[in-house]
Amino acid sequence: MTVGTSADAVETGRAADLPRAPGRLRRLTGRDRTVLTLMTGVPTALMVVFVWVPALASILLSFTSWDGIGVDSIKWIGLRNYQQIFTIYPSFWPAVEHNVLWLVVLAAIPTPFGLFLAYQLDKKIRFSRFYQGAFFLPVMVSSAVIGFVWELIYNPDHGLINSLFHTNNPNGTYLDWVGNPKLNIWAVLVAASWRHAGYMMILYLAGLKSVDPSLKDAAAVDGANEWQAFRHVVFPALRPINVVVAVVTVIEALRAFDIVYVFNKGEHGTELLSILITQNIIGEASRIGYGSALAVILLVVSLAAIIPYLIVTFRKERST
Amino acid sequence: MTATALASDTARPSGAHPVSGKRRARPARIVLHVFLAVSALAWLVPMLWAIYTSLRPYSETQSKGYLSLPSTLNFQNYIDAWNQSGMPHYFWNTVMIAVPAVILTLLLSSFVAFTVTQYNLKINLLLLMIFTAGNLLPQQVIITPLYRLYLLIGLPSGLSDSGKMYDTIFGLVVIHVAFQSGFCTFVLSNYMKTIPTGLREAAVVDGATVWQIYSRIILPLLKPAVAALATLLSIWIYNDFFWAIVLISDGNKMPITSALANLSGTFFTNDNLVAAGALLTAVPTLLVYFLLQRQFVSGLTLGAEKG
Repeated sequence: MTVGTSADAVETGRAADLPRAPGRLRRLTGRDRTVLTLMTGVPTALMVVFVWVPALASILLSFTSWDGIGVDSIKWIGLRNYQQIFTIYPSFWPAVEHNVLWLVVLAAIPTPFGLFLAYQLDKKIRFSRFYQGAFFLPVMVSSAVIGFVWELIYNPDHGLINSLFHTNNPNGTYLDWVGNPKLNIWAVLVAASWRHAGYMMILYLAGLKSVDPSLKDAAAVDGANEWQAFRHVVFPALRPINVVVAVVTVIEALRAFDIVYVFNKGEHGTELLSILITQNIIGEASRIGYGSALAVILLVVSLAAIIPYLIVTFRKERST
Repeated sequence: MTATALASDTARPSGAHPVSGKRRARPARIVLHVFLAVSALAWLVPMLWAIYTSLRPYSETQSKGYLSLPSTLNFQNYIDAWNQSGMPHYFWNTVMIAVPAVILTLLLSSFVAFTVTQYNLKINLLLLMIFTAGNLLPQQVIITPLYRLYLLIGLPSGLSDSGKMYDTIFGLVVIHVAFQSGFCTFVLSNYMKTIPTGLREAAVVDGATVWQIYSRIILPLLKPAVAALATLLSIWIYNDFFWAIVLISDGNKMPITSALANLSGTFFTNDNLVAAGALLTAVPTLLVYFLLQRQFVSGLTLGAEKG
């Protein structure tokens, strides 16, 4: 890959940057160069072949029609997949709506709640470890298991909620949390938020540890109340972690899959882009071009979050 | 339980306000405690409900309803779930996938992080971006061509029954390594930047080769980061549901987390068994939660703090 050709650029590392006697600037030996090229080349090749080539191939395939049987059956059809997706594919707009809703809910409820928890628990109050442990538990358990655990809560016939509120009477009030398209997306969003809050709490706890405590003390001396101190001193100091939180939240909203897939396979009200892509490649009708076009749409939206993040992260890098 | 597991979790090095156990309780503090206690308990309800359901015989919940006081509590559902569904086999599949994947990911990521932090290459920034961005892509963005790619790539018969990368444990290891190496490279390179360059320069003067510098000087210094990442990766790979759903067709080769979806409905025919099966699947993660939570959290936040 590119690594091989640029081996010439290999100098004896940082020494090259420092004003030192030129005699110290030994070039690497041929063997060292080979080792370094392999150490970088093999992982990069894996990353490129199995992540970036498929990502780019998605773009190409999205302009084709292909049933996946034989290479000859690939036909270039231009924008027709996109046209169909935007106009006649019945699940597409609901899926977009649900992904957006997912993002809005995660950003509006569990993220601030996680920040609130972190801010309170950072005060070193009693039982802090118990509280942290409780909120953090869902983050470690797999989303698939979470899907099953919440199924026991939402089961319309004998789940916890309907048993508790007697809303499981088929002849009276019957709240079908799994099957009713008006309810099920909210049901899975509760489960997703339950998980997201703990994740955000941990990220913010780490962020708060790097906030200089003397800042808060200074604010208190100046007569700021707790909210003012948080709003004008702590929150601005959390900017680096807020960038991470924003990216994680967007990516989580786009990646959402497991809980929904376990919950009701993403049908009848819980459609998501990730689910539609999967449906188009596995199962009886393998529509590669169609699935790829959906993937490209997801890729474009993801890049809208990833690129600003890379810029923010690596701008510092350049300047240092 | 939780309290002891987290015992060393929140130790803050300095700057923390000393809190004595007997501080005068202010009303605001009491309100906060009530709020936190109620929320924390509410947070535990789903898991506790699953545990409760899993401990009750199906016949009893049928006659009395799930929301009822128990007359019998036992582990029979766990025994049945374990024995009837072939869960041990799926756990073994997970081991076969996760162990090599974690080791290879850390090894390869540390290689790249070593190069980009210790050597001044023109492509360093590009490399870091390729790895960092690669890990942020949703899995579904790459799955369609990846699925075709797996059908195209041939493997020797020792690794694959069909001669293809598709439907093999090897294939799952490869995609885990490729996908996770992005995050690990990012974290490890941030960590390695904190290693003073003088160490390496001294070794260069002494005539150490690149490999010696990596294996004798840099790698030993990475231990804390590698331990944290190993914990985090094990959990992530263990928890992954998606790759196997698409890249494995033979149900027998599924890792436990993905197998769970197939087992419910075929073997786990009632909620009590589903609860037991789901919780059994969660056992390894819960062990890590109680024993290694600090490692997990520091792995998660190593990437975030420097971001």
